[in-house]
Amino acid sequence: MPFQPMLGGMVATQSDVEPTPFRDLDVTRSDSSLRRFLHGLPGVDQVGAEQRAAALGTRSIKTSAKAFALDLAISMVDLTTLEGQDTPGKVRTLAAKAMRPDPSDATCPATAAVCVYPDMVATAKEALGSSGVKVAAVATAFPSGRAAMDIKLADTRDAVEAGADEIDMVIDRGAFLAGRYLEIYEEIAQVREACRRENGESAHLKVILETGELQTYDNVRRASWLGMLAGGHFIKTSTGKVQPAATLPVTLIMLEAVRDFREATGTMIGVKPAGGIRTAKDAIKFLVTVNEVAGPDWLDPDWFRFGASTLLNDLLMQRMKMKTGRYSGPDYVTVD
Amino acid sequence: MTRADVRKTYKLYIGGAFPRSESGHSYVVEDAKGKFLANAALASRKDARDAVVAARGAFGGWSGRTAYNRGQVVYRIAELMEDRRPQFLEALSSSEGLTSRQATAALDAAVDRLVWYAGWADKLTQVVGNANPVAGPFFNLSTPEPTGVVAVLAPQQSSLLGLVSVVAPVIVTGNTCVVVSSFARPLPAVTFSEVLATSDVPGGVVNILTGDATTVGPWLASHMDVNAIDLVGLAGSPELAAELEVAAADNLKRVHRAPAAEPDWALEPELDAMTRYLETKTVWHPIGV
Repeated sequence: MPFQPMLGGMVATQSDVEPTPFRDLDVTRSDSSLRRFLHGLPGVDQVGAEQRAAALGTRSIKTSAKAFALDLAISMVDLTTLEGQDTPGKVRTLAAKAMRPDPSDATCPATAAVCVYPDMVATAKEALGSSGVKVAAVATAFPSGRAAMDIKLADTRDAVEAGADEIDMVIDRGAFLAGRYLEIYEEIAQVREACRRENGESAHLKVILETGELQTYDNVRRASWLGMLAGGHFIKTSTGKVQPAATLPVTLIMLEAVRDFREATGTMIGVKPAGGIRTAKDAIKFLVTVNEVAGPDWLDPDWFRFGASTLLNDLLMQRMKMKTGRYSGPDYVTVD
Repeated sequence: MTRADVRKTYKLYIGGAFPRSESGHSYVVEDAKGKFLANAALASRKDARDAVVAARGAFGGWSGRTAYNRGQVVYRIAELMEDRRPQFLEALSSSEGLTSRQATAALDAAVDRLVWYAGWADKLTQVVGNANPVAGPFFNLSTPEPTGVVAVLAPQQSSLLGLVSVVAPVIVTGNTCVVVSSFARPLPAVTFSEVLATSDVPGGVVNILTGDATTVGPWLASHMDVNAIDLVGLAGSPELAAELEVAAADNLKRVHRAPAAEPDWALEPELDAMTRYLETKTVWHPIGV
């Protein structure tokens, strides 16, 4: 029986596809009501969550199901480079790889997006052209989120103007841990506003919770709901700069949150684990968890993504193994 | 009250650790008279895959060591084998049915073989490398370089001397290897892996799989991340050996072909044993700069 939150207000009618900040609800009216709501969410059974995640990780996915899972995982990858040493050349190389991950095989799907810093958006956009691969930009003083609000908004607008299709924002974990929930709610809502373009469209917003810094699973659940109430299209686990990053239990809790949120409001939110997922085996464990916890609706690049860089090479090597029947090696994929 | 036996569990040696087979399978090892001797881990294709990953991971560090250091490390294996003489003699006489004198001779030869190859580590470049005369103001130097990860299907009959004779020439020049031991006589290989684990050989440089070369071999032969394969363990099975040669051609592996019968390992080895797993790198360097 999914959990039914007491949100107050006419939420069940809001079944439009676009998530927007839920402003008319009782819970988002004041800091105290928001706190009451978030702390009223049922606590996470830590041992239970870890056990369930471990059990889902033991499923054996073979032959045609594995081939399907590998292709699906490739099409869900946000191919990421977020380093101080990124150059336009590196971004163009990454874009080429995102469009044709396996140049020797035309049946290999493209990845969902490339994920870069805002100053590289124009380069990525130009390289990707009309391929359909999206450009995601990290914004709002990534990865720490420690900057004044106007700087965060300017950061976001810059990236959107440069053509970013998706914005990955970080929340202010200090404010979250200090309990200033409404501040984060407002922050996300404002960034959501800054994602709008002049033509009325809007860049998709992914809200990075940085679960490695949230200390408890209860906090992960609270931050997930906060991100969804404030109008994020996606909730994302981590920046990839903090250990631990995307673990299976954390992703499971976030998947429960998006499932319950759709149940309560009719709005579907995506999930993106990022950081630390390096092998095809791990990726398949995540896909099994998506299917079992949130449901098959989320098994789609529009609703589930992997933030990763090295993962893609392992997916490709596994894919070659499935196709040719012999083990491949790192000599046959790019060096990133 | 009699003391309970502490029975030994024979396991694989991958990446410096002793894991059980991923498949969970083991097989019965019999002594030379057909009596039960032990249960050994039966390596599967996934163990071979893991071993190749371990060998590839160890290659950079091992090939980057100085030749002198590699020689010392290989010599150290010989030292530790001396320390385990009783265990090796026991394994040899039960596995191969050798008399005490024959077993001692085989063990001595195996230890001496390691010392012989250890000496070659920092001398091979002088013998097979060259300063080539060229028509221009350049030094032109050819030096041997290790080829990479070598899969070794170890001899089926000579379970220790044969094993040492195929592993030592591979690693002394800086390659790393995945070895499939003799199927019927795996115990000396297991003891050898325990020697390696306590020696200075970095984990992953030698990985030893006990099991059937005819089932694991094809996966290693077709593996795109293996640079060379020694088929000596398939001596006398020309059809299977030919199949593996075909599979190995996909990524242009260096192949040491299976002989018609297992060679006499007591003979002094040829340089070929080392040079067949080497690539020649030639460098042009301007004179006077």
